Amino acid sequence: MRFAPTAQQVELATAVRELLADACPPETVRAAWGSEGEKARVDLWRQLADLGLLGAVLPEADGGLGLTEVDLVPLMVEVGRAAVPLPVAETVAVLVPLLAGRPGDGDDLTGLVTGNLVGTAELAGSGVLPWAGCSDRALVRSGSELRLVDLTGVPLELVTTVDGSRAAARTPQLPGTLLSTDPADLERAWLRGALATAAQLVGLVHRQLDLAVAHAAARKQFGVPIGSQQAVKHMLADVLLDVRFALPVVQRAAVSLAAGAPEARAHVAAAKAMASRAADRAARTTIQAHGAIGYTVEYDLHLYVKRAWALADTWGSETHSRAVVADSLGLPPAVDPSVLPWEAAR
Amino acid sequence: MDLTWSPAEEAFRAEARGWLEANVPRGLPSGDTREGFTAHLEWERKLFADRWAVVSWPERYGGRDASLWEWLIFEEEYYRAGAPQRVTQNGIFLLAPTVFEFGTAEQQDEILPRMAAAEQLWGQGWSEPGAGSDLAAISSRADKVDGGWRINGQKTWTTRGAFCTHLFGLFRTDPEASRHAGLTYLLVPLDTPGVTVRGFGRLDGDEGFAEVFFDDVVVPDSAVLGGVGQGWSVAMATTGSERGLTLRSPGRFLAAAERLRRLAVERAGSLTASARDGVVEAHLRAEAYQLFTLAQVTDLVEGRTPGAESSLNKLYWSELDIALHETALELLGPEAELDGPWSRGHMFSLSGPIYAGTNEIQRSIVAERLLGLPRR
Ligand SMILES: Cc1cc2nc3c(=O)[nH]c(=O)nc-3n(C[C@H](O)[C@H](O)[C@H](O)COP(=O)(O)OP(=O)(O)OC[C@H]3O[C@@H](n4cnc5c(N)ncnc54)[C@H](O)[C@@H]3O)c2cc1C
Repeated sequence: MRFAPTAQQVELATAVRELLADACPPETVRAAWGSEGEKARVDLWRQLADLGLLGAVLPEADGGLGLTEVDLVPLMVEVGRAAVPLPVAETVAVLVPLLAGRPGDGDDLTGLVTGNLVGTAELAGSGVLPWAGCSDRALVRSGSELRLVDLTGVPLELVTTVDGSRAAARTPQLPGTLLSTDPADLERAWLRGALATAAQLVGLVHRQLDLAVAHAAARKQFGVPIGSQQAVKHMLADVLLDVRFALPVVQRAAVSLAAGAPEARAHVAAAKAMASRAADRAARTTIQAHGAIGYTVEYDLHLYVKRAWALADTWGSETHSRAVVADSLGLPPAVDPSVLPWEAAR
Repeated sequence: MDLTWSPAEEAFRAEARGWLEANVPRGLPSGDTREGFTAHLEWERKLFADRWAVVSWPERYGGRDASLWEWLIFEEEYYRAGAPQRVTQNGIFLLAPTVFEFGTAEQQDEILPRMAAAEQLWGQGWSEPGAGSDLAAISSRADKVDGGWRINGQKTWTTRGAFCTHLFGLFRTDPEASRHAGLTYLLVPLDTPGVTVRGFGRLDGDEGFAEVFFDDVVVPDSAVLGGVGQGWSVAMATTGSERGLTLRSPGRFLAAAERLRRLAVERAGSLTASARDGVVEAHLRAEAYQLFTLAQVTDLVEGRTPGAESSLNKLYWSELDIALHETALELLGPEAELDGPWSRGHMFSLSGPIYAGTNEIQRSIVAERLLGLPRR
């Protein structure tokens, strides 16, 4: 038993954090809201490739770092903390592991890990494809089949999103080549995406909290920092409480997934449920702790809040995730409480 | 990240499980009543006789030299087997860590084996009528006399004080010194002349509380734990045990969440969507608390001390306990008003955010020490 990241995992996460502090400051996220951000995105993707992050899950023999889901968690936390306006999680945690070792998909794989291609993924079948506008490939689901779509030349109907950096498009049925009809592949891809999303949410909460704490310490009203007021302290303490208890659940999900344990499905759902809730509450609370400045688009907080909102409801909403956990607990279905006692069927 | 137990740890678990399954008493009355307390003492003595009372202590005091990991395993098995909350907890979990850290060799040899054997039953004498959250405001005093100290004043809210034999408490020994500096930690046998103990009912009606009056009570110099005037730092050194994992190990909440799950399955006919979600919530939070604790124990084992982090534990377990019991009452519907383990558990859960430092105080600690927000 040793439930803590290894020195190596901490080191790698620190490297990613430092890189992103430079390469993906709030200005970069903000720029990605408009078309002028395209170049910044391309540069950032290249830097992530140079760091070896994009192909990190490939075996070392194939030029990767041989990372598992467990190693990816701290990295995805950093990607979330910086609100990287690119499908890092989709490429690194979902597409690359799926394509790795599949004969015939080598070009796409190489393109993704070298940073020449950007890959996104959407498996819920919502009809909205996040990051479509900045991606070259998309992993999609058709029934229970996994398909890879080459987005070049496909006319995309970009849609306006709350998080303006998402570059999402409405996608009816996309064509694409068949990758797998094995439901186990589909489930693993889904769980990897959900886990990476949960980890990003943890990072996003920390970023929102850091902004709120710094603001609460600096802003004075009634002659004292607002952060010395107990009401403000307590609401921010709750944000920390939520996220500090969500992280170990995310880490456990990674351990189960990497081990191929049958509990992985329930553990990932638990992780996503906890992280989504923490993120929703953090968004609400940190806006409140800022006052009106938190309700502007000129201040940075909204960049992180809006990403958190987007991620909280994708790759399994909180409600969906909790229902999966309920199922794993063997709970019977809920009864209709609106009927009077003698009307209950039984 | 390694979430597996070693073969030795698994063997320890199997041994604990086997013993507990064979020995855990069924249907014990509450340990916070006079009759119940006696029955609990029998259970405590049985635990001690087979060296399960204080597994992490050295063998010479009745323990097994178990590691922190094994202690966690024992706690999991203890609550899994349906064993009762320990009536000795304020001694073995709150005072003992302080005695191990600050006690003289004589104090350790005198107190620890008797505490483990449930011969000495210790109550915590910190709060006073005028000093609750503001503990440093205590006014009960101890004045120096030849060879010892003479105590006058009053303590209150002393858990199971009416059934205890001894009290550990904070007393003002230097009224001239600043609030925190003038305090001393004293160990007082409750049969000392001048001590009066009055038990009284808690919310659940049991005589779980007591007030303790001191009227010229004289204790020897050897009653001082950790040095004259050092009371505050001695007391604070172990509040971490009270808030954090020793007083409320995750095993207890995992077991409660599992009982709740079984209740929901049995009561499928009244399982509304909100109750169903409440069961999920209890399960998620109990597991999160367990995982948080595993990370914390990893830190402890590797020499990183949790410090103010124990305030996070306290907030989390206390609020999880209330939510869990509220869901149970919802499932019980009209039967929720019957006196029973769930209604009692619910009432007791409401005290969680009060004792061991209120949750308001803990949130301020989290904000100031973990987030670094400014003090007033
Ligand atoms: C079941 C139970 C068992 C107990 N057992 C023991 C025991 O064995 N030994 C012992 O010594 N004590 C014991 N206590 C007492 C416990 O330590 C105190 O109740 C606790 O410290 C709070 O003090 P108080 O009750 O005087 O409340 P107060 O301090 O008067 O607080 C009342 C309310 O005001 C709030 N408040 C107070 N100060 C602040 C502040 N600065 N900021 C924000 N809010 C504030 C509190 O959070 C609380 O909500 C027990 C209590 C309970 C409920």
